[in-house]
Amino acid sequence: MSFINYAQREIILKIVYYGPGLCGKTTNIKFIYGGTNPDARGKLISLETKQERTLFFDFLPLSLPAIRGFKTRLHLYSVPGQLFYSASRKLIMKGADGVIFVADSQRARKEANIISMEDLKENLAAYGYDINKIPFCIQYNKRDLPTAMPLEELRADLNPEGKFPEFEACAVAPDGPGVFDTLKSVVKMILMELKKTK
Amino acid sequence: MVIYEEEHTQLTETCERLARDALAKAIFIVDKDGQLVTATGETTGIDTTGMASLVAGSTAATGGLAQMLGEEEFPVHFHEGQHTHVHVSVIGGAMILVVIFDDRSSLGLVRLRTKRVYSDMMAVYERVQARMNDESQKMDLFGEITDDDIDSLFNDTF
Ligand SMILES: Nc1nc2c(ncn2[C@@H]2O[C@H](COP(=O)(O)OP(=O)(O)OP(=O)(O)O)[C@@H](O)[C@H]2O)c(=O)[nH]1
Ligand SMILES: [Mg+2]
Repeated sequence: MSFINYAQREIILKIVYYGPGLCGKTTNIKFIYGGTNPDARGKLISLETKQERTLFFDFLPLSLPAIRGFKTRLHLYSVPGQLFYSASRKLIMKGADGVIFVADSQRARKEANIISMEDLKENLAAYGYDINKIPFCIQYNKRDLPTAMPLEELRADLNPEGKFPEFEACAVAPDGPGVFDTLKSVVKMILMELKKTK
Repeated sequence: MVIYEEEHTQLTETCERLARDALAKAIFIVDKDGQLVTATGETTGIDTTGMASLVAGSTAATGGLAQMLGEEEFPVHFHEGQHTHVHVSVIGGAMILVVIFDDRSSLGLVRLRTKRVYSDMMAVYERVQARMNDESQKMDLFGEITDDDIDSLFNDTF
């Protein structure tokens, strides 16, 4: 549930990047950091291992211009994707307003994507959220790799009914195609949701 | 969580009083999901937004540990540094009170003074809860927002 502070006239939206280990969650957040006007971004915090794997979370605060006098702030988090960090992943999901699932397009990660999606559904359910109801979209990352599966196959695995908005991305490319589109899509969904529930 | 002007002022005043009584450097209230509610004291030079997310993260991790050991929560934890120390307590299951102090104060004093404000803070927290459950208090923030408005939000930022 979003955090609204009438005293500070601000609203904070918590968005979580989810997905299997090494799919590119941290890379997405770093790209967003690099592509954001310095006035609009806070400090990027990465709690990671010596091998640059996320240990607990990445955190990036962004401020968007005001809507009707209310500053809109985005708090982006990424979870640690490695399987054994399951307890930490669950903690980070608490209070999420929207979720982005980053899938790794490589064939070798087919199984890992599916397991991570199941894990996400379980963790959402633990907080009483339903993946079909919360703002949620999927990003197929690493489209640049020759080992990438065709889109149809990823879709059949992760979005068989086509219910969720989906984006192709390459988060390591200098222009990071798909990265901002994915973020905008989920922010839009959250704001539309707030408008509805008013 | 939704914080209204009135409760925000009350929480801030309570923090200011606690800062004086406990000889603290700075005091923060953070919500358990990681957002800063209020900050008082010597906060310049502290990245308060980042700090709030780290405090919430460490409180969540400590809580997870408690549950694994059969405790519901460790409602108070303490980080001892060379010169600066942090006393963290969970209030009403949803707010985290963070007291930062140095050698001008002591753990004993901070613990004592902090305990004394719990009930005040709980009372404010209960009012926040009641307001959140009261439909008539809801303000229509986004009622007339359009797709274009949302798009324009991003243009200046990215
Ligand atoms: N080729 C290619 N490599 C990518 C892409 N996105 C990320 N990578 C690489 O994949 C590796 C892992 O990226 P991270 O962003 O650290 O992955 P993560 O999802 O945060 O992983 P965990 O923290 O372990 O959960 C890095 O070497 C990235 O450079 C992409 O679009 N294409
Ligand atoms: Mg990572």
